[in-house]
Amino acid sequence: MHKNPQLNKHGELQHLLTIDGLPAATLRHILDTAESFLNIAEREVRKVPLLRGKAIFNLFFEPSTRTRTTFEIAAKKLSADVINLNIGTSSQSKGETLLDTVNNLSAMQADMFIVRHSESGAAHLIARHVEPHIHVVNAGDGRHAHPTQALLDMFTIRHYKQDLTRLRVAIVGDMLHSRVARSQIHALTTLGVPEVRMIGPKTLIPTCAERMGVQVYHDMEKGLKDVDVIIMLRLQNERMRGALLPSAQEYFKYYGLTAEKLALACPDAIVMHPGPMNRGVEIESSVADGVQSVILSQVTFGIAVRMAVMSILMGSEGEQ
Amino acid sequence: MQLPEIDALILEMARQIKPHLTAESALVGIHTGGAWVAEKLSELFGMPLPFGTLDISFYRDDFSRIGLHPQVKPSHIPFEVEDRHIILVDDVLNTGRTIRAAMNELFDYGRPASIRLAVLVDRGGRELPIAAQIVGAHLKLAATQNIQLNRDESGRLSLSLHEKKD
Amino acid sequence: MKIHIKNGRLVDPKNSIDAQRDVFVAAGKIVAVGAAPEGFHANRTIDAAGLVVCPGLVDLSARLREPGYEYKATLESEMLAAVAGGVTSLVCPPDTDPPLDEPGLVEMLKYRAKSLNQARVYPLGALTQKLEGARLTEMAELHDAGCIGFSHADTPLSDTLVTMRAMQYAATFGFTVWLRPQDASLAKDGVAHDGEVASRLGLPSIPACAETIALSTILSLARETGARVHICRLSSREGVALIRAAKAEGLPVTCDIAVHHAHLSEMDIGFFDANCHLVPPLRSQRDRDALRAGLADGTVDAICSDHTPVDDDAKLLPFSEAEVGATGLELLLPLTLKWAHETGVSLSEAIAKITAAPARILALDNGHLAPGQHADLCIFDPEQYWKVEPASLKSQGRNTPFVGFELQGKVRYTLVEGQVVFESL
Repeated sequence: MHKNPQLNKHGELQHLLTIDGLPAATLRHILDTAESFLNIAEREVRKVPLLRGKAIFNLFFEPSTRTRTTFEIAAKKLSADVINLNIGTSSQSKGETLLDTVNNLSAMQADMFIVRHSESGAAHLIARHVEPHIHVVNAGDGRHAHPTQALLDMFTIRHYKQDLTRLRVAIVGDMLHSRVARSQIHALTTLGVPEVRMIGPKTLIPTCAERMGVQVYHDMEKGLKDVDVIIMLRLQNERMRGALLPSAQEYFKYYGLTAEKLALACPDAIVMHPGPMNRGVEIESSVADGVQSVILSQVTFGIAVRMAVMSILMGSEGEQ
Repeated sequence: MQLPEIDALILEMARQIKPHLTAESALVGIHTGGAWVAEKLSELFGMPLPFGTLDISFYRDDFSRIGLHPQVKPSHIPFEVEDRHIILVDDVLNTGRTIRAAMNELFDYGRPASIRLAVLVDRGGRELPIAAQIVGAHLKLAATQNIQLNRDESGRLSLSLHEKKD
Repeated sequence: MKIHIKNGRLVDPKNSIDAQRDVFVAAGKIVAVGAAPEGFHANRTIDAAGLVVCPGLVDLSARLREPGYEYKATLESEMLAAVAGGVTSLVCPPDTDPPLDEPGLVEMLKYRAKSLNQARVYPLGALTQKLEGARLTEMAELHDAGCIGFSHADTPLSDTLVTMRAMQYAATFGFTVWLRPQDASLAKDGVAHDGEVASRLGLPSIPACAETIALSTILSLARETGARVHICRLSSREGVALIRAAKAEGLPVTCDIAVHHAHLSEMDIGFFDANCHLVPPLRSQRDRDALRAGLADGTVDAICSDHTPVDDDAKLLPFSEAEVGATGLELLLPLTLKWAHETGVSLSEAIAKITAAPARILALDNGHLAPGQHADLCIFDPEQYWKVEPASLKSQGRNTPFVGFELQGKVRYTLVEGQVVFESL
């Protein structure tokens, strides 16, 4: 009933707003393309001329140096011109609406917007209203989606585990507020991971979580049993202040990843975290830095995956 | 039109290449047809030659018009390009744009001492000042025709002609 | 002015008429139904062959945005929208700016509305001053100024003691208290039903228990105070069950739903369609089916448009930030017909939900067409399809989840007090 706003009439990816509703083939295409970008780092010239002359705007309504930087590096490796805009709330508090801002920037010959915003659905709104030749990449909207993060996580899992169709994956932490978790769940289920577990206290698990194709565990020790991949989510500090959790200490005791709990998973299980980590809150340092941790690979792969997304979108035809 | 026999063409190419081979030579095939030809060539030299493949998708000049190729393969150059004598191999030489892209990509790996271009078929129609030093066969084709290299399951190569779709 | 409406199918649920009958209007009243009174010479004859003639619609909630929000809509635009939708009587909630908490404001609104000679406007007075939930308004004075009941609109009433006092005070004078049941702390920051869609889209949510908890409180207070209560905009299955039980118990309670909720569910939010940002939130399909069942068995008394004109800019924002509400006056009739069509409810029962039933809640003797009544009528073509397009709406609010829908049922004539105030060919 609702047309997928990310695909053009040829079924090509025009915007990347969410993993939800994308075909597995599209996800695989992105991951395969990313493989080709991976070894560019080993060359003497660490960039390709693919997006020469294209203008990519990093449009961050919510500050995030990390994510912005990875997109910037990816764009530069594709030879695109990158313009960083940290809009924060300043122009909006002056009365300019989100769409005013976007229209102004479109007039500056933008080809792509990388959007980060604190409200769920902001990237969809922008994609619906930009001119057809402009592509929109959601770099995180509210609690909704963070598709490039999920894709780089899939890339990482595929890199270490090859076949996704026989894996048990556990996601641990604050799923309620996590756009990363939502996108990961869609990506995992779309790519055929047969068992996705969600582990956390009831206050941090969204309603109808099972409808997203996951199994919910409140007991971390049961939830980690025999899993191949453990994804730890960041626990925002402000969650400690409300009525969601009593304290960081109690959270760590029951839901923090320690070496003992890790031992419950498969011996070759990998540990992932989208960053930035709260050591001692959701993950113990010895685990974060341990042999099973692939957290730094995630960062490296993130560049290649974002390059793949940008090149695939930029090569698709705008919807008239 | 009678299309030439591939094995004969490749033998002819090998014969032309052989005098130029040195300890610093390396063979680079352009994905996919060029890589197949390069593979066959390397079997004929009787000496192990550094071997690489290029997927020039990220260097094409028609990206804005046709987008990214749906099946990009990673380029694989497992040797230092710096100061190498590169024999760049492709299946069909036409406009020269693919070769332009391949050379640009090669230079992003390093500065080769020289590049020699070896092609199975030169069908003419150049749009850039590019020429092959080693040519299996020259074919005169109508602008409406496409010539394509195919490989079957047993690894046998063959050429086929098609009318262009538009 | 004497009008003869001939050859139409008269549907007058209160008087149990559904048959081809002519209607005769003179001096603003219905003078006869069926045969012409002796010596009746019409100044105008309306041929209603193939059309349905029914009482003018009575809408239990339509925001006219005056005073205070004239940039969203004006009395002129919305009163025209009302008659274009066949609505001849409407109730406006007190959440204007300033709120309707002083007799002067109510008199001014009534006066402005009357001067337009279109639909009749029945304001609800604010239950507390400035709708702040602390001090009672002068209800008796407001009633004298023209308020037909007292409400807190969508503003939270978080102090239960104030709610009880307000109900006691209203009960003193026999006034009806109109309340939309929603627990303020459970609904805080929420913008969508706490269910599958909000979870998938990462939208802050409002659980159904926000409605049932508040509803249980209101029903207990009604029992305690004896106040007559009208529950506005029911949205959940459990809410319907509570009302059903309250009615069975004999509590003086009535309720309505917004017409959107008879059709839509959380699924219609799709990819953040801000037109579906409504209050109360669109709930699950199960809830929607329960609302429909409640309508069918009489638990839900009436359907209203919950007309809330919103300016375009206020909708062009991310879902949570987009202003709530949808235009509805012109869609009330076709959407009610659509509900009837889809559920097999008869035309007469459907029309009752937007005429006789709401009139009964208002304790007004309109919403039917017996001789002697005000000649407030709606004449519509039940077959004609029309496409909902923003530009074709009379209301200044152009936002509705039904944009692009082909709806059946087009108003051809609207009469208020015997005057043709709207016609369309």
